[in-house]
Amino acid sequence: MLICFSYDFPNISGVFLIRIFLNFNFLQTNAIKTSKYNFFTFLPLNLFEQFQRIANAYFLVLLVLQLIPEISSLSWFTTVVPLALVLTVTAAKDATDDIFSFQADLLLLSSSEPLNLVYIETAELDGETNLKVKQALPVTGDLGDDIEKLADFNGKNQRWCIYSITSTLLFALILQIFGSLVFMCTILAIGNYIWEVKNGSNFTVFLQREDSAGFSAFLTFWSYIIILNTVVPISLYVSVEIIRLGNSFYIDWDRKMYYSRSDTPAEARTTTLNEELGQIKYVFSDKTGTLTQNIMIFNKCSINGKSYGEIRRLNAGFKPKTHKDPVDFSFNALADPRFVFYDHTLVEAVKLENPEVHAFFRLLALCHTVMAEEKKEGELHYQAQSPDEGALVTAARNFGFVFRSRTPDSISIVEMGNQRSYELLAILDFNNVRKRMSVIVRSPEGKLSLYCKGADTIIYERLHQSCSKLMDVTTDHLNEFAGEGLRTLALAYKDLDEEYFSRWRERHHEASTSLEDKESKLDELYEEIEKDLLLLGATAIEDKLQDGVPQTIEQLAKADIKIWVLTGDKQETAENIGYSCNLLREEMKDVFVVLGHSPEDVRQELRNAQNAMKPDGAANSLLLTEEKSENLLKDEEANGEYGLVINGHSLAYALESSMELDFLRTACLCKAVICCRVTPLQKAQVVELVKKYKKAVTLAIGDGANDVSMIKAAHIGVGISGQEGMQAVLSSDYSFAQFRFLQRLLLVHGRWSYLRMCKFLRYFFYKNFTFTFVHFWFAFFCGFSAQTVYDEWFITLYNLMYTALPVLGMSLFDQDVNDVWSFQHPQLYIPGQLNLYFSKTAFFKCAVHSCYSSLVLFFIPYAALQDTVRGDGKDVADYQSFALLTQTCLLFAVSIQLGLEMSYWTAVNTFFVLGSLAMYFAVTFTMYSNGMFLIFPSAFPFIGSARNSLNQPNVWLTIILTSILCVLPVVTCRFLLIQLCPTINDKVRQAKATPPPPPRRSRIRRTSSRRSGYAFSHAQGYGDLVTSGRFLRRPAVPRASGFPQVGRAATGFSPMGRSAGYSPTGRPQNLKVPDVEVTSLQMYRTFSDGAP
Amino acid sequence: MGKTKDKSGPLARRPDNSAFKQQRLPAWSPMLTANTVLPFFYLLAVVCMLLGVWLLLLVQSTQEIKLDYTDLGNCNECFDLRRNVSNAAQACSCRVEFSIDKSLKGDVFFYYGLKNFHQNLRRYMDSRDDGQTLGRIKILKNPSTYCAPFDKDKYGVPIAPCGAVANSMFNDSFSLTYHLSSGRSVPVPLLRTGLTWYTDKNVKFRNPRTDNLTLAEVFEGTRPPLYWQTPVYSLDPRDPNNNGFINEDLIVWMREAAFPNFKKLYGILNRADPNFEKGLPKGNYSIDISYNFPVQHFQGRKGVVLTTLTWFGGQNHFLPIAYLVTSSLILLAAVVLTVAWWKFGKDGKNMKE
Repeated sequence: MLICFSYDFPNISGVFLIRIFLNFNFLQTNAIKTSKYNFFTFLPLNLFEQFQRIANAYFLVLLVLQLIPEISSLSWFTTVVPLALVLTVTAAKDATDDIFSFQADLLLLSSSEPLNLVYIETAELDGETNLKVKQALPVTGDLGDDIEKLADFNGKNQRWCIYSITSTLLFALILQIFGSLVFMCTILAIGNYIWEVKNGSNFTVFLQREDSAGFSAFLTFWSYIIILNTVVPISLYVSVEIIRLGNSFYIDWDRKMYYSRSDTPAEARTTTLNEELGQIKYVFSDKTGTLTQNIMIFNKCSINGKSYGEIRRLNAGFKPKTHKDPVDFSFNALADPRFVFYDHTLVEAVKLENPEVHAFFRLLALCHTVMAEEKKEGELHYQAQSPDEGALVTAARNFGFVFRSRTPDSISIVEMGNQRSYELLAILDFNNVRKRMSVIVRSPEGKLSLYCKGADTIIYERLHQSCSKLMDVTTDHLNEFAGEGLRTLALAYKDLDEEYFSRWRERHHEASTSLEDKESKLDELYEEIEKDLLLLGATAIEDKLQDGVPQTIEQLAKADIKIWVLTGDKQETAENIGYSCNLLREEMKDVFVVLGHSPEDVRQELRNAQNAMKPDGAANSLLLTEEKSENLLKDEEANGEYGLVINGHSLAYALESSMELDFLRTACLCKAVICCRVTPLQKAQVVELVKKYKKAVTLAIGDGANDVSMIKAAHIGVGISGQEGMQAVLSSDYSFAQFRFLQRLLLVHGRWSYLRMCKFLRYFFYKNFTFTFVHFWFAFFCGFSAQTVYDEWFITLYNLMYTALPVLGMSLFDQDVNDVWSFQHPQLYIPGQLNLYFSKTAFFKCAVHSCYSSLVLFFIPYAALQDTVRGDGKDVADYQSFALLTQTCLLFAVSIQLGLEMSYWTAVNTFFVLGSLAMYFAVTFTMYSNGMFLIFPSAFPFIGSARNSLNQPNVWLTIILTSILCVLPVVTCRFLLIQLCPTINDKVRQAKATPPPPPRRSRIRRTSSRRSGYAFSHAQGYGDLVTSGRFLRRPAVPRASGFPQVGRAATGFSPMGRSAGYSPTGRPQNLKVPDVEVTSLQMYRTFSDGAP
Repeated sequence: MGKTKDKSGPLARRPDNSAFKQQRLPAWSPMLTANTVLPFFYLLAVVCMLLGVWLLLLVQSTQEIKLDYTDLGNCNECFDLRRNVSNAAQACSCRVEFSIDKSLKGDVFFYYGLKNFHQNLRRYMDSRDDGQTLGRIKILKNPSTYCAPFDKDKYGVPIAPCGAVANSMFNDSFSLTYHLSSGRSVPVPLLRTGLTWYTDKNVKFRNPRTDNLTLAEVFEGTRPPLYWQTPVYSLDPRDPNNNGFINEDLIVWMREAAFPNFKKLYGILNRADPNFEKGLPKGNYSIDISYNFPVQHFQGRKGVVLTTLTWFGGQNHFLPIAYLVTSSLILLAAVVLTVAWWKFGKDGKNMKE
């Protein structure tokens, strides 16, 4: 029985409706209702929710204040029009979201299965057909099926965390702005009190007032709250949403992030995080399927001292230099059509029945633990424990040694068209220490042979002396292969003596049934028989990197982004990939490898590494800076480039609270960090650790279900799409098909989004502060009576109509340098990481600038109009003319300021800026026209002001003067800064005068003497299972099985505008994650499937 | 997120290759370079300088005579009399004398001015009913509550025009006399119409439709503002067309000043008179003032201004001087920028990485 709650989250409002449903007998239906509204409930429910948002509620309060005549300093429409617009836009968005929402989030409370597990098929959602294991929270799971208890259960609402750095800052700033709003209003209220006492009491002859001066000051306070509320205009939220949406669309539309081979465009799945893409400091990447294609390719081999394999380049993404025809395998009916090999000499050698070549491929066809499936005659499908093995067996298959089927004690292969069955006598299985595997088989002719494949160093120790010459040649080949980053294996065999073997077999049987010390006894036996081997040759397998991965990593490193690879692969494989994708480099001073098996060892290794990188490093306690009760780890610089490789079991100790700082400090000193053999949970823990102590934006990228936890833990999650699984993509914020698109996402889209958002915020605050401060200065001239400077219609439309489009245009189109230059100079990304463009300092500067502008905008018109008359002697120093003049000056000043901010003038921008000015005049003349006045005399009292004052030369001279004075210091300062201390942007923009260089496609070649890892992967081999005969026909359990809490279903939390507020390793999951028992057989999977 | 198109084939989901979607719109990327900024600054400095000088000459060519008559000469008595509100109905007149050393040539404008009178207080400005002064019959006798407490008197009789603005209308009146050297005195004729914006006189302010009734009959059932001595329909006894809501003194007053110190047009010299064809000749003048408006209540001052104008307006030195100051600021900035550029930025020295 399953007990579930369905619930939805409206965006960020924090309200959620909970419905109980499902299959209790007394409930009629188990239909899941996924939409929040219906036609009739939409309006009231939506409005109710919207007003719960603090911003909207604030404006509602303002509206109510305006309805009190004593306080109302503005007409009701100045607030109602913007509020109505905002509510309409948001309601439309909510309605669309509701219509298109298709996902029901289930909160799993309890299950009848042990450990509160349930198995879920998600094929309809993500296309993955296997069953996924989910576990209920222990706290509800313990309640079992006791409905009453469940009904009484009070879940604690998790606090909404806004982790985003920009958002947090924005939120803090808005609070500060409110603070200063109250401060200004208090000053003005005090001013009003003084004025009322000194002047106002004398003025009562003309303007009666019953209230005391104190009460008048009180009312004035609220009146000014209404007038000055434009410091935080409601339209800010709408504009921010529009900009984010626009920048998300750019990501969706980008052709350079479209992968034609799988027809997959990039997708921005959330619209709220774009600007954070420009601030990424840490990238956590999965390896398999993300950096690599998870395709193992039999690339080269060395047989009996002869090297085979085409002369193709390693990084195959760019077109191979040599176009050779691939080998035609049509002679072999059972060949895998997808297998491609270019060296014709090898197939010739096979056809010529070269005995070594035949032995080589026979070994590959026999010595493995792959299982074959033949659904239709001739259609073989291999299920391999590791893709490497699959690649080797497939290679043998194509060269005419087709592994066809196996039973516990036999292996059937088709050798050059002849069906042969070998008796399988023993599998000497692989493990981490042995680093080799062997099989002992009896051929149909009765010949006994041992076939062995393994790491070259290990095999070499066990070779017969007669091979020494061959060894030398093969060693050269192996070095060559390793230098190209290929994964190598050495192959050897020996013929066995029947008598010796039967004795050995008895001892083997004894040892394997003995109860004590079985392992070591077996090891001894294996050791004994695997000696005096004859070398056959070596294989080289390419773990194919995705296209452009090394270049991407190099670019990201230049942008000062730290890349941590978190992989389930074993150390050698991961290290190897680290080198081939340029993460670890030969030039690095050192690559620390942490492999300790005890906390002390790990700590010591970490400390040693720290000392090496920073000999004069301070003690840990000094490294934490207290900032708002948060502990943060300072950024440090090491004395060179280092890399760190840490193993899963060491990581488990390193992540303990006593050691996490040591670990983090060491890791952060390194340029590159590789964590191998990590569980999905550890991946998330590493991300959480960085988030906890570093004030940095993190990004996680992965492709499989095992990356989901990491993707959700990071501020930004990126899923690799276009592959079989969809889980990573479904929980991600952005998805695209290739790792290399990450550099475009960050260095181009992220940088632009960040830049645009910062420019937008700076300009938006500037224009509104300037607008508002003018009221403040006017207060000193109008007896603090809360008289506005501008016409009420101008106040209503300033943000909505006159200044909205130009700033939106800037925020949607602006680019300081184009994408080519962004790639050329990845350092351009660094200011974003330091959050230089919108910090408290930037905000303060912006406020000071506004203050200056508002002084100019008030006092210049004041002095110019004071005591002035028109050319015909008539009035122009009246309030209405002054209001019109000031608002025109303001609009010109902020428009010119916008022009200064804009570094990319498209036709649209020009249209928006000029159009808005034109719109201003059109609307103003309409509002001030006879017709409007005659219809509503009280709403349009400014009749004729525009006609009577805008025809005056001194009015226009004033407008020009204010514009010049507002712009002058800005241009001066900027020009001086460019000359004296140019930023990287200035330099690049300066350099831009020359045409951009062609995009580099430099190929990073590694000349390395490192011996590459051997092509086994992962855990202990499955020889036992293969021989035990227990294996056939059991449904494969997915790789997610080791980590029960991955999907959103289990966690019951669907952050819509999630700024990584979600923490999969957060409280409940952290407590105890009882691993679902993984039977070895479940590890089998088809090797087209992605590896963990 | 984008709309899925009904394309098929291997590249069905490929985004459009439009300049907009690929963010490749042609654009102009201006930069603050020495080649653009420095010449612009120098040019701007020169333009501002020339403009400033020209405006200064213009302003200097105007003439202005200011007289604060609050307690000048025998107006002192009236000043004291107005101290007490209970004497409001009591008439008081006084005379101030002055001389013009240099004749005022051309059109001469006569203003009255007030200091420290806050026409820009929010509650004061709101205290009017534009519907009423637009001549809407319904509103005439039912003025808006915005006018309170000047909407109705204590008997409930509606006030026309209502509100604090109209109530506080400036009600001193002036007559200017020219004393020839021969001893003869000539009254200086002032035009008391044509003082307002065309839109105010013809659109914003209208009398209620008379339909064969006299203006007084139309206003029957209303009463003038409390402080007024005369009803609105007989503000100008000499010109029957200058009465009611379209009385120009009322309209001028109702166009509230932006700041507490202001001047408002009272009359224009009528140059049809042969004595004043060319303006006001030099000599001695006197102004007879009907001193009604009390200024003690708001610690204010009042005065008159006689001035000539150019197309640029009256004698306000601010703009010319501001342009000259701005010009020197720009020049200073330009020099600083030039030095900075010469020492640091030339040849892109600092742009090298």
